[in-house]
Amino acid sequence: MSEIPHLLVHEHADNVGVVVVEGLTAGTDMLCCVTHDNSTFRLTAGADVPIGHKIALKDLNNGDTAIKYGEDIGKIIADIAKGGHVHTHNCKTKRW
Amino acid sequence: MSSKYSNITVKAFRRENGRVGVRNHVVILPVDDISNAACEAVANNVKGTMAIPHAYGRLQFGEDLELHFRTMIGTGANPNVAAVVVIGIEPGWTKRIADGIRETGKPVAEFSIEQNGDFETIRAASWKAKEFVHWSTELQREECSISDIWVSTKCGESDTTTGLGSCPTVGNMYDKLLPEGITGFFGETSEITGAEHICQKRAINEEVGERWYKMWKAYQDDVIFAHQTDDLSDSQPTKGNIEGGLTTIEEKALGNLEKIGRTSQYIDILEPAEAPKSGKGLYFMDSSSAAAECVTLMAAGGAVIHTFPTGQGNVVGNPIVPVIKITANPRTVRTMSEHVDVDVSGILRREMTIDEAGDELIDMIRRTANGRNTAAEALGHREFSMTKLYRSA
Repeated sequence: MSEIPHLLVHEHADNVGVVVVEGLTAGTDMLCCVTHDNSTFRLTAGADVPIGHKIALKDLNNGDTAIKYGEDIGKIIADIAKGGHVHTHNCKTKRW
Repeated sequence: MSSKYSNITVKAFRRENGRVGVRNHVVILPVDDISNAACEAVANNVKGTMAIPHAYGRLQFGEDLELHFRTMIGTGANPNVAAVVVIGIEPGWTKRIADGIRETGKPVAEFSIEQNGDFETIRAASWKAKEFVHWSTELQREECSISDIWVSTKCGESDTTTGLGSCPTVGNMYDKLLPEGITGFFGETSEITGAEHICQKRAINEEVGERWYKMWKAYQDDVIFAHQTDDLSDSQPTKGNIEGGLTTIEEKALGNLEKIGRTSQYIDILEPAEAPKSGKGLYFMDSSSAAAECVTLMAAGGAVIHTFPTGQGNVVGNPIVPVIKITANPRTVRTMSEHVDVDVSGILRREMTIDEAGDELIDMIRRTANGRNTAAEALGHREFSMTKLYRSA
C-alpha cells in the first residue's frame, strides 16, 4: 500500500473504524483499509478525531448496535452521521 | 511437524528440577511486611542480590493466606531465581515458605527475626547471601530449546491499537510457539467480559470451557458485582483506555482476546499464582487485570518471560521476570520509546503484517532469553504486587 491509511476497520461487518494517524482533521478524504483482507475504500472525516478513536462508517441511529471485530461492542445512544466521531458521548456498553 | 520455529535455541539456566530460567537472581525474600527492612539491608550488604519487599503476610487466613504462600513460594521457585534467602518475623511461616521453594532443589536458607533482632538476622543472612552470590555467578548458561521457555501475557493501558496490532502480535507468537511445546499463560478475568462467549469456545474441550465459564462468572458475581458502586465506567475501561479511544468493556475484551491468536486453545485453568500441572500448552490463570498484580501472579506460576502489549504506554516491570513491551501506537513510539522493546506500529501503516510482527516478537523472546535486558529491566521497573482476596483478621 503506497499511501498510508487513515482509518483501519477489522471486519466488513463492522460499522465503526479506528483512526490510526495523529492530527486527523474534519474534511479529510480518508483512505480506509479493512484489515481482514486489506481491501480499501474512502470516507470523509466528519470531525477532528484523535488517533485511536472511532469513526462511524455509515449513519448510525440511537438504539443501533456498534459492531467492531464483527461483534457487538455496545449500543449507540445518540444519532451519529457517517464520518462522525464515535465514543463515550454517543456509545455505551450494554453490560453496566 | 517441524517448522522454522522448531530449531530455535536459547542460552539459559537449567535448574535442579529441569525447568529453564533466563535470569540468575539471588533473591532476599520477606515472608511478611515487617521483614522488608532486614531483607533490604541484606541486599544492600551483598551486591548481586535483590530484595523483593511487599505489603502483606500478617494475619491473613483461609484462601487469602493460601494465595500468599503460593505467591511467595512460586516467586522463589521461579527458574529465573538461582537461590533464595527467606526472612520472616517468626520461624513457622518462614520455614513453610523456605521448604516450599526447596522442593525445586535450589539452594534456600531461612532466617527469623524474633529472639535475634534485625542486626543478628542481617549478619547471618548476609553471610549466606554472599555464599549464594559466589555460587550462582559461576553457573553457566547452556543451550536449551525454545520449548523450555514459559511465556506469559497480559496487556496494559490498552487502546484500539492494541486490538489492531500488539495483541494480535502476541497471538501470532502463541499460534507459532505453542505447537513447538512452550507453556503459555493468559488471564485478566474481568477483562474478558464482553468476549466471554468467544473465550469459552477457545477451551480445548467443553468440560474445560464450562469450568472456565464458572470461574469467570464467579469473578463477576463475587468481585465485580459484589463491590460495584457505579456502572464501572471509570474502571473498565480505564481513563487511559478511554483516552486511547476504547469506549466499552466489550470492545476492550475483544482486543484483549487477540492475544491468544487464531488457533491457540487453552488446556486448563489455574488459580492465581498456581503452577501448571497438565503439561505443555496454554493456561488461563484467574487473575486481576491490574498490570503489576497480574504479572506477579503469572511469575509465581512459573512464567520466565512476560510479553506485554501496550497502547497508551504502561511502564510496568517485574523483579524476576523480564517484561517485553510491544506497541503498535505510533504516538507511544514517538513519546515513550524508552519503554518499547518491539515496535509494531508498521501494522497500522500496513507496512508490516501480523505474521512479520509475530516473528519479530519471537526473535525478541529469543534475545531476551539469551540475556538481553528489556526496557523495563534497564529502567529499573520491579513492580511486585500481591493480590489480596479480602481483609486480614
